[in-house]
Amino acid sequence: MAAPVYLDCNATAPLKPAVIDAVVAVLAEVGNPSSVHRFGRLARRTIETARAEIAALVGAVPGQVVLTSGGTEANNLALNVPGRTILVSAVEHDSVLRPACGATRIPVDRNGIVDLAALDRMLAGIDGPAVVAVMLANNETGVIQPVEEVVRIARAYKARVHCDAVQAAGKIRVDFAALGVDTLALSAHKLGGPQGVGALIVADETALTPLLLGGGQERGRRAGTENVAAIAGFGVAASLAAKDLDRMAEIAALRDDMEARLERILPGLPVFGRDVPRLPNTSCLAMPGVPAETQVMAFDLAGIAVSAGAACSSGKVAASHVLAAMGVSPHIAGSAIRVSAGWRSTRADFDRFVETWISLWTRLGRAERVAPAA
Amino acid sequence: MSSPALNVGNGSSAAPAGRAGANEPKKPVYLDYQATTPMDPRVLDAMLPYFVEKFGNPHSRNHAYGWEAEEAVEKARKQVADLIGADEREIVFTSGATESNNLALAGVARFYKDRKNHIVTVATEHKCVLDTCRHLEMEGFEVTYLPVRRNGLIDLDALKQAITPKTVMVSVMAVNNEIGVIQPLEEIGRICRERGVFFHTDAAQAFGKIPLDVNRMNIDLMSISGHKIYGPKGIGALFVRRKPRVRLVPLIHGGGQERGFRSGTLPTPLCVGLGEAAAIAKREMAAEAERLSKLRDRFYERIMSRLPEVYLNGDLENRIPGNLNLSFAYVEGEGLMMGIKDLSVSSGSACTSASLEPSYVLRALGVDEELAHTSLRIGFGRFTTEAEIDYAADRIIEAVQKLRAMSPLWELAQEGVDLKSIQWAAH
Repeated sequence: MAAPVYLDCNATAPLKPAVIDAVVAVLAEVGNPSSVHRFGRLARRTIETARAEIAALVGAVPGQVVLTSGGTEANNLALNVPGRTILVSAVEHDSVLRPACGATRIPVDRNGIVDLAALDRMLAGIDGPAVVAVMLANNETGVIQPVEEVVRIARAYKARVHCDAVQAAGKIRVDFAALGVDTLALSAHKLGGPQGVGALIVADETALTPLLLGGGQERGRRAGTENVAAIAGFGVAASLAAKDLDRMAEIAALRDDMEARLERILPGLPVFGRDVPRLPNTSCLAMPGVPAETQVMAFDLAGIAVSAGAACSSGKVAASHVLAAMGVSPHIAGSAIRVSAGWRSTRADFDRFVETWISLWTRLGRAERVAPAA
Repeated sequence: MSSPALNVGNGSSAAPAGRAGANEPKKPVYLDYQATTPMDPRVLDAMLPYFVEKFGNPHSRNHAYGWEAEEAVEKARKQVADLIGADEREIVFTSGATESNNLALAGVARFYKDRKNHIVTVATEHKCVLDTCRHLEMEGFEVTYLPVRRNGLIDLDALKQAITPKTVMVSVMAVNNEIGVIQPLEEIGRICRERGVFFHTDAAQAFGKIPLDVNRMNIDLMSISGHKIYGPKGIGALFVRRKPRVRLVPLIHGGGQERGFRSGTLPTPLCVGLGEAAAIAKREMAAEAERLSKLRDRFYERIMSRLPEVYLNGDLENRIPGNLNLSFAYVEGEGLMMGIKDLSVSSGSACTSASLEPSYVLRALGVDEELAHTSLRIGFGRFTTEAEIDYAADRIIEAVQKLRAMSPLWELAQEGVDLKSIQWAAH
């Protein structure tokens, strides 16, 4: 059997070799960064180097970087805003929707773009301080939100803006200062770094309410002994991602070619968010009439890893709240899968995917379409 | 792929040729095992495949990469559970013991707040327990901070008296991070069970070092750390009892991982590392404790036989073998640290070591301020050698003797003057 093909990089991406080297090297060192002796000081230096690399990836300064255990914690920390009304886009990740339980949802259009006029109306109706959470790029469709516009509107109402950039960072240019948001969440393992580390970028004037209390690490904003090795890996991954952004254009070309090839087989192939700015690596596409579950099983048998939605806890594939918010019918949404490439994806990977997709469609899709008439 | 050599002192073989004597260890000598431990190379070996080819998201349900990662995580969960006599379904992975302590305290308090509003803890707990309790006080909870006796152990009668019908939980650390004393967990657990309150223990310094059994000790919640037991940083766990069931409000919400107790993608390699570290501890704990006790006694005797006026902080009997906390009278703390620069020891817990405040733990024991200022925490562990111990003891002895030789107070004391009786002139 041919080498496995991994096209689920929005769930987690393979680590880059230089990242593995950095993580392993630091794992072999001892030292608590809070200790004042030499071992401690070395660990501290490792963290501060990485912090600068992470800041540089997103146009922030090191002092704005609060290191966390991952994107989920970063989103939770940003939304730990007692006393503020929270508005979230309807297509946010669960780690934004769940902590903001009870928050009003800002609708999106059929392309998955947040409705700015609706946001304006909603903010006008709120008394007191508010927080608006709109992600930079969606994990399922890759659709990129007009975050700068969101900020412009929010500022008029003095509302704070949180942006989940977990899927965007490393795939498109992210500029914290230019976006103008108050907080920005990042995750290492989506951009070639290790699992178990992320960051919240916090604007200088934005006050945080810590989630984890204790030893006073991260200048009192996040307690707990720093995950030094993973942080070092995050730093290396961030600096490599910044250098490798150009390669993303190649990935986008491979992705576009893949969609074009499938469309030749199935004219009108549903590809969600195709008409608006999208991440270069992501394609969310439906095979009408073939349940997503059936597709991913067939792909897995063929040695290809793709996904039927976000990788989260539930054993069953629940209907995607993202596609539902875009007005996609449950029938079509139930046949959508996500293909997400990464730094080591090749043309051969996409070829394998296309071949398998076509054979699956020929076997199951067409048959199903023809069946009712027969 | 083989793991690189650990960058910690490992005895005479590491001594630079020509310069040092045959028994001189590699320097600086790491003696801060309560702050963090070096990774065991076996742990690193277990983790490596999950950084390289088995990099999947353990929550991916659609392909082999995900299943392979999930299997590894579940094996690790069982290894952690096995070390404390728990069921693997009672183990919740977290980012570390700080998060576990925050989750245990705030999570339980908030869940039961309509019925009960009182927590009992101890003045010598780790800062993350105390800070969480202070925060809960601001939310309207009442907290009793039990004092400790001169030996660092709590008074069980005081505990019994502190529990009221409004008490939801008792949180007492298993082993103190500064003085290494072991609290009477079994007795505390019995009291808590009799009185119908939950028993949480911060076992960051105990897990993997002393035998723990959540059933025999009636422990309802237990905080666990990876990097204190030769595993990686950035991973910990919280044991949450299923029968009788403990419920809690999560701190981190999202994808609903860890049965909803703690959302976020689990870091597979780190989970594997914690699991492996637990499995090794289970096999080697008894032998290691014996070896460390000998090293500890050797060090202690060497110091005590050559230096007068040295005081041990915390009970010697009820203590983990890998810790000593000593106060050296008539020397100045900063000077002492400067005099032993090639020993990596701590003058308090790592979290507070950058501050010049005397340890609140030692103050709680009733150690007077002068002595609290000249204390050293010396932590021994799996990779500590006899050569390191001897070298460290000799450096400390030298430094203390040198400082005392320059100290007018020491001179007065030697002449038999009671320093406390002197009326110092105000300048």
